[in-house]
Amino acid sequence: MRLQYASTVRIIEMPCTGTIDHRVLLKTFEDGADGVFVAGCMEGDCHFLKGNIRAKKRVNMVKNILEEIGFGGDRLDFFNLSAAQGQRFAEIVTEMTDRIRELGPTPLNQKEGDTA
Amino acid sequence: MSSGKVGAVMVVGAGIAGIQASLDLAESGYYVYLVEQSPAIGGAMPMLDKTFPTNDCSMCILSPKLVQCGRHLNIETLTNSVVSEVEGEPGNFKVSIQQKARYVDPDKCTGCGSCAEECPVKVDDEFNQGLGKRKAIYKSYAQAYPNAYAIDPSKCLKMKKAKACGKCLEVCQADAIDHEMQDETIDIEVGSVILCPGFEKFDPTDLEYYGYGKFPNVVTSLEFERILSASGPYGGHLQRPYDGKEPLKVAWIQCVGSRNCKIENGYCSSVCCMYAIKEAVIAKEHSKNDLDTSIFFMDMRTYGKDFEKYYDRAREEQGVNFIRSRIFKISEVDEESKDLTIRYADEKGQLHNEEFDMVVLSVGLEPAPSVIELGKKLGLELNQFGFAETEPMTGVNSSKEGIYVAGAFGGPKDIPETVLSASAAAGASASLLGDVRGTMIKEVEFPPEKDVSEEDPRIGVFVCHCGVNIGSTVNVPGVVETAKDLPNVAYAGEYLYVCSQDSQASIREAIEEHRLNRVVVASCSPRTHKPLFQETMREAGLNPYLFEMANIRDQCSWVHMNEPEKATEKAKDLVKMVVAKAALLEPVKQMSVQVTPKVLVIGGGVTGMSNAISLAEQGYSVHIIEKSDQLGGNALRIKQGFKGEDVQAFVADLINKVESSDNIEVSTGTGVSEASGYVGNFKTTLTNGDIVEHGVTVVAIGGQEYKPTEYLYNEHDAVFTQLELEEAIAANDPKVTQAKNIVLIQCVGSRDAERPYCSRVCCNKSVKLALHLKEINPDVNVFVLYRDVRTYGFYEENYRQARQKGVIFVRYNAEDKPRVEAAGNSLQVTVTDHVLGEPIVIETDAVGLAAAILAPEDNEQMNRMFKVPLNADGFFLEAHMKLRPVDTAADGVFIAGLAHGPKSMEENVAQAKAAAGRALTILSKDSLESSGVVAVVQPDKCAACLTCVRLCPFSAPRINNYAAEIEAVLCQGCGSCAGECPNKAITLQSYKDVMLMNMVDSLYKEVR
Repeated sequence: MRLQYASTVRIIEMPCTGTIDHRVLLKTFEDGADGVFVAGCMEGDCHFLKGNIRAKKRVNMVKNILEEIGFGGDRLDFFNLSAAQGQRFAEIVTEMTDRIRELGPTPLNQKEGDTA
Repeated sequence: MSSGKVGAVMVVGAGIAGIQASLDLAESGYYVYLVEQSPAIGGAMPMLDKTFPTNDCSMCILSPKLVQCGRHLNIETLTNSVVSEVEGEPGNFKVSIQQKARYVDPDKCTGCGSCAEECPVKVDDEFNQGLGKRKAIYKSYAQAYPNAYAIDPSKCLKMKKAKACGKCLEVCQADAIDHEMQDETIDIEVGSVILCPGFEKFDPTDLEYYGYGKFPNVVTSLEFERILSASGPYGGHLQRPYDGKEPLKVAWIQCVGSRNCKIENGYCSSVCCMYAIKEAVIAKEHSKNDLDTSIFFMDMRTYGKDFEKYYDRAREEQGVNFIRSRIFKISEVDEESKDLTIRYADEKGQLHNEEFDMVVLSVGLEPAPSVIELGKKLGLELNQFGFAETEPMTGVNSSKEGIYVAGAFGGPKDIPETVLSASAAAGASASLLGDVRGTMIKEVEFPPEKDVSEEDPRIGVFVCHCGVNIGSTVNVPGVVETAKDLPNVAYAGEYLYVCSQDSQASIREAIEEHRLNRVVVASCSPRTHKPLFQETMREAGLNPYLFEMANIRDQCSWVHMNEPEKATEKAKDLVKMVVAKAALLEPVKQMSVQVTPKVLVIGGGVTGMSNAISLAEQGYSVHIIEKSDQLGGNALRIKQGFKGEDVQAFVADLINKVESSDNIEVSTGTGVSEASGYVGNFKTTLTNGDIVEHGVTVVAIGGQEYKPTEYLYNEHDAVFTQLELEEAIAANDPKVTQAKNIVLIQCVGSRDAERPYCSRVCCNKSVKLALHLKEINPDVNVFVLYRDVRTYGFYEENYRQARQKGVIFVRYNAEDKPRVEAAGNSLQVTVTDHVLGEPIVIETDAVGLAAAILAPEDNEQMNRMFKVPLNADGFFLEAHMKLRPVDTAADGVFIAGLAHGPKSMEENVAQAKAAAGRALTILSKDSLESSGVVAVVQPDKCAACLTCVRLCPFSAPRINNYAAEIEAVLCQGCGSCAGECPNKAITLQSYKDVMLMNMVDSLYKEVR
């Protein structure tokens, strides 16, 4: 489809979002990410039944932690989309990029960067 | 090979049926020639947007099978090919195949698409149903296999006049295009043939009252699939083809080209009711507005597993309107708006004219003329509509021995039934060719794997230009320079096409020369190319899991085409991250377990016996256990099949085959008392104390007939269930055979709040019983009180005959069910007539109740013992609704027959054979290997908290010696347990948290 979207994201591939760990999510922020999103399959479509639902729960937990420590929970989010929804992916990138631009860099980032 | 048989099979047609049959056979020790007419495998499924009743994305579920089939060593795919001649006999056929020139060498073509970008000729894209354009050089769809372009010779300028064009030649850097390529004849020898050429959609142009072809906003259902599809002509945006306007009101017209005797398409196409509901539901999801959707139908035929619930939800929750009517005519409101008016009569005969923005014609399924021709050429018996006639109670046997039929060629079918028939045809082929299994297959030898565990990482980075696809946007030399400076990188280089054959040789040389022990390729998608590079790793003596990819095409050059600097920067970042991960990669050893080549079949009915016979014929030892004291199950009570088959003779024949087989042991009056083990190695204790060790389990425990609590059942001796009525007819019970009036009531205990499913067989059974009663006594009045007549497929013919013979069909509403009252020896039935809207009273001598099929009573016991989940109605749940209809979440346990859901006997037999076909993929192997990466436990960190045991859908973890242990062969590698493990004792190979964190570190090192 070659839809154009903001060059602000770097993608890490996993077999199923069910694998994602709290520490990995927190590490991204510790290292300097201004925003992170986890993209899992549509609910009910998980090849492994519930991996995406478990991941969403974990993401929400980390969101709360970020909120508590003053980073802002909005910097992290979970989206459901299927492998055939390239358009939706581009939309999500735009949505997240706009959101993060508004929030600005995280307190850990000394200088401004546009890497989300 | 004393038998003279050939251990290879030809599969004709590479839709989902052909792919499944090929995979099953190739995995069971047979060499497969997969012959496909078009330039790519996949068939109709890639065109569909979502699939019912789960709304799974069609392409997403198909694509892994495409890759698996395309790359299988023992499947030889012949595209652009048709069968021209078949000679010989079962076990040994000689086949001649005509392969049309593709004009592009699929071995050289990398699928980069530069040729199509340059090609100046635009033609209607048949994949998009003509709604979009493609070029004269094209690839049908993005995920197509072979991942190679083809030239449409009728459209190519150069083919018409050599000097006219040649732009594709200029831009193709892989030198894959050859306009001089010639057609070829390929001769092969095979032991059996499986025909699964699929269907063609009915062309409604000639039915003028629908206005198709004349009114631009009247589309076929397949066109509508493409409109909905994210990969379709409008990118998934719901819009009218005429003006791009988003419709607010859409209608679906059912039975277009089906159930229409005037055009000699008297059969029901079986799938249209469900796909229309699906399209309406998905269209509503796609629409930004509150889309108004109406489906005009005659009978709503949602008879499959979980279909009725889908219909209920669409009607009650999603607000799809259902209008019972056969429409008269579609006309255009006016020239300007191109809106449409549907003229129809409702059930009461009232005329209506209703306007819509768009109308979708739910077109039926037909055999293509070329398929009918093929059938005739092979001397197969075809039915009046041109579909292949199958031998009674076989499901898949054509009229010629050794030639089997799968998918829609045997009659219109949905995807799971198509897949099921494919596995069944594979099973039947394997039965025929049991003694030549393994004689034609190829195996590859790899050099022994180097032990690199003590070495420091030495990473090689191979960056691809992908012709101009990456190189024209991303600064590839710049990426290479960056890669050279990264820690642990011992080599970095650039390649025009890193996937080409000569590049594979260069990679092997580089591994040797630079003593590389990790490889990173920065190119395209791992989905299509990772297996190729992993094979190269193995050829170079490296573990294939010491490999990683960065997708700098799809994620950089393609999506940031206008920002070359940012695309390059991103490509560098991706390479950095992947190199950081690669440094920590560890080899993954495939674990293997031995397979006990024996099967335990639970249930000795028609399904269990058919399955056992099929496996025994292939030389496997089978143990059938049957709870009752005799074989035969529910079929012992059935006299006649839906096609008039003598069921008792059939059952007696099965019992005879079972009892006379040396490979089958039968224990009647026996159940299961304890079960343990897993795929390849089950250990089951029977109630008679015997212990059976087996590699595969087949659960075929049948179902039961609902005992009604309504309609005076058990209170009046002239009220029968369907099975009892059939027995009464056979016993010449005067209450039935001498009756003047008989009333049959449908949906007794089905399609209600307690059991919201259709029992599928009862309409066909009642129609058949009615015909039988009319045959015994032509003067008897038979009334069938129904909600929807669900005589799907060719059974529609029975329904037509019944009406012709004077059987009276009266529709009732679920809210206003008929009333049955006693009147001495006879009965009185009151029902509200659907046309008059008035109650009519029928004095009757007997009442037959179409009682529901219930789940087997032992379902919960089996669920506990073999860990096969149940659906809400108590039937066993398959591993995947669409593509794994007889597999279960428990590997090595297969389900078939009524225990899986209501079905006809012939369908049960087909499912039994399918289970045999699938079981064979396990039984034919000496040992099973784990599939790729799996989760592993570090025992000293494990607290045996059971979190992983509880959450794993595949029952892979269990506690042993106070710590969890994960059975690698069962693990599917999702990593849910690793994510959830509270003490992080579990890690997923190749996706360890430390690897992911190292990727993150590498990305931000410069930023901070």
